[in-house]
Amino acid sequence: MQRIGVFVCHCGSNIAATVDVKKVVEMAMCEPGVVHAEDYPYMCSEAGQAKIQAAIKEKNLGGVVVCSCSPRMHENTFRKAAEKAGLNPYMVEIANIREHCSWIHKNMEEATEKAVILMKAAVAKVNLNTPLQAGESRVTKRALVIGGGIAGIQTALDIAEAGYPVDIVEKTPSIGGRMSQLDKTFPTLDCSACILTPKMVEANAHPNINIYTYSEVEKVSGFVGDFTVDIRKKARSVDMSKCTGCGVCQEKCPNKKTPNEFNRGLNNRSAIYTPFAQAIPNVPVIDREHCTKFLTGKCGICAKVCQAGAVDYEQQDEIITEKYGAIVVATGFNMINLDKYDEYAYSQSKDVITSLELERIMNAAGPTKGHLERLSDGKAPKEMVFIQCVGSRCADKRGKSYCSKICCMYTAKHAMLIRDKYPDVNVTVFYIDVRTPGKNFDEFYRRAVEEYGVNYIKGQVGKVIPQPDGKLLVQGSDLLSNKQILKEADMVVLAAAIEPEPGVRNIATMLTASIDTNDFLTEAHAKLRPVESPTAGIFLSGVCQGPKDIPETVSQAGAAAVKAIGLLAKDKLTTNPCTAKADELMCNGCSQCANVCPYGAISYETKLINDHGVREDRRVAVVNSALCQGCGACTVTCPSGAMDLQGFSNRQILAEVDAICR
Amino acid sequence: MKSEKKQAEKIKEISGVNPLKCMKCGKCSATCPSFAEMDIKPHQFVSYVQNEEIEELTKSVSLWKCLSCFACVERCPRDVKPGKIIDAVRQLVEREKDGDYLSPNEIPELLDPEIPQQLLVSAFRRYRR
Repeated sequence: MQRIGVFVCHCGSNIAATVDVKKVVEMAMCEPGVVHAEDYPYMCSEAGQAKIQAAIKEKNLGGVVVCSCSPRMHENTFRKAAEKAGLNPYMVEIANIREHCSWIHKNMEEATEKAVILMKAAVAKVNLNTPLQAGESRVTKRALVIGGGIAGIQTALDIAEAGYPVDIVEKTPSIGGRMSQLDKTFPTLDCSACILTPKMVEANAHPNINIYTYSEVEKVSGFVGDFTVDIRKKARSVDMSKCTGCGVCQEKCPNKKTPNEFNRGLNNRSAIYTPFAQAIPNVPVIDREHCTKFLTGKCGICAKVCQAGAVDYEQQDEIITEKYGAIVVATGFNMINLDKYDEYAYSQSKDVITSLELERIMNAAGPTKGHLERLSDGKAPKEMVFIQCVGSRCADKRGKSYCSKICCMYTAKHAMLIRDKYPDVNVTVFYIDVRTPGKNFDEFYRRAVEEYGVNYIKGQVGKVIPQPDGKLLVQGSDLLSNKQILKEADMVVLAAAIEPEPGVRNIATMLTASIDTNDFLTEAHAKLRPVESPTAGIFLSGVCQGPKDIPETVSQAGAAAVKAIGLLAKDKLTTNPCTAKADELMCNGCSQCANVCPYGAISYETKLINDHGVREDRRVAVVNSALCQGCGACTVTCPSGAMDLQGFSNRQILAEVDAICR
Repeated sequence: MKSEKKQAEKIKEISGVNPLKCMKCGKCSATCPSFAEMDIKPHQFVSYVQNEEIEELTKSVSLWKCLSCFACVERCPRDVKPGKIIDAVRQLVEREKDGDYLSPNEIPELLDPEIPQQLLVSAFRRYRR
């Protein structure tokens, strides 16, 4: 029997207002093994911790139970305090009487009863606790960044500048991401390419950065500090070491009927292509699904015209296996599919476009060379209508429940740019709310209204009806004058909701990183740990975590880099000693535990076992404690009860259950 | 006459609509084909119920101008269903005339020119769903 001390925290009024803490103290003194019990307003404070340390020394305590908040909050605090007083930190247990009790109950009597039961369970467990020693694991001093948009580039640059090698894995043929598709950026209206391409070049030239484009992460194993990742380098069909980027192959390619993804399918590209002129690397890829050579075997013009002899139709996918200490996810976003929004006629009219398509139309390298024109007949528009919140803030299944955050600002930007360049074009914006929090953001929106004469109408559009003469009849609300507006427009621009890049679900599964119902990656703490995943060693950068604009993305990318650097700077990581252990006498070597282990931590060895005087060679399970994460899957699978989790042994868990049922 | 508060509760019960879900975007009124003929517009029905101003709604000509096309129900991004509120107010008005309730099977025999057409159209559309 241990000598146990019980410490009940009031947490100000968080616990004490709902739980009778004095009663918990009183009941604790009746528990077997408890030799000391007291309460205090803030156990986690200096003074509270000192009380625990004093009691450990004075009463010679062998175990401590703190009845307070969730162990996720302060378990570490109390374990450190106990360790300073000479107690093994794993002799400290937390009874969560805040999140699991006071915060969710209203009736004081019932809440107190529950708090007492939770305390009893923790005391029963501590009675069976044994001192555990934390081990160490190594840190591979290399980071992986998944996604080569502005988020991934910035994170990689920051990590590389700190002196650590970084690999960027980008699935398209070039880094640059969504930002490379934008024409101008708010609120300063500087050209997107002018500020992005220097960063792309810098990343490419950095001695610590290695870029894998046209590549995807295929498999991830290991754990924080020691991940092993398989990267599939898709066959480019062009030898990167030979290609000079002259571009002749793209000019001569006879198959120019493939929709151009970079221009959102508004025009076509050749089958051998680089997505855009400033692509990094400036080495084309052959789109094998659309290349005549790969489809029919007859062509091969690109290989004939290539002076460098770089075109290689035989090239195969390559798997690269690399070790990393930290992984940063920067997978970005896409626009939602608008097929379900029939009322806006997106799929019926070429002149109803998304904002990202407008971005390409206004870009000098876009499908119309930067001229604002209708895609149906090439005529210059006179009336333009912008519709906000298409698919954002939706309670129905067609759209997304969240605000996409960037649309108010980019719509103001588009409206302003159009009025500036084409003063004879009337621009109307239908909005529900204009949301412009951000430095110089509201001033920007007001300039669009006051200086550029953009007509903002509060009210959503009900439908867009294509007319026989090619015009678009927009029927919308003007809520402030309580009118229904019928307006003929030449072009309609939809601010479609953004959603996480669809591939992120697969990546999150490989990383065992959690994602929310909208497929955004979950952060470890919404306020205090916003760039870390709850999975150790995984960090979040950019829109994969939630909608954000470029300034915010860059800030978050830097923050994710700092967190990754903090990890890489360590030589060793302290491992959790609560790992699985096999009882050699009971193990029958059936391999079921190894089959369920998600970390590959269990192997087998043949060993001479002395079973009560009988000596024989047996095949028994061995757990690699550096790999084991203490999930407990093996302990519940083991048919002979040989597997046990240290710190959470079957006996301890059952003692807790007994105490609760007593 | 019942209090307007009770009437508002009744309308919410009949329609199954929670007016608090409305984000006041006006898409219902934007999409309404009868907008021009209405005195109280579809989006206003939602706030009138929220503010428990039912008296005005019961006297509104909009009740009998609404075509029950349910375009507003279909397109509402917040799933508020303003058309169902209008329908519920119509029912409230009719029920208070002589308190009786009908089963759908009794309707064909009782059809007479006095029954407002919208009530029937709306009822049929509702039961079809």
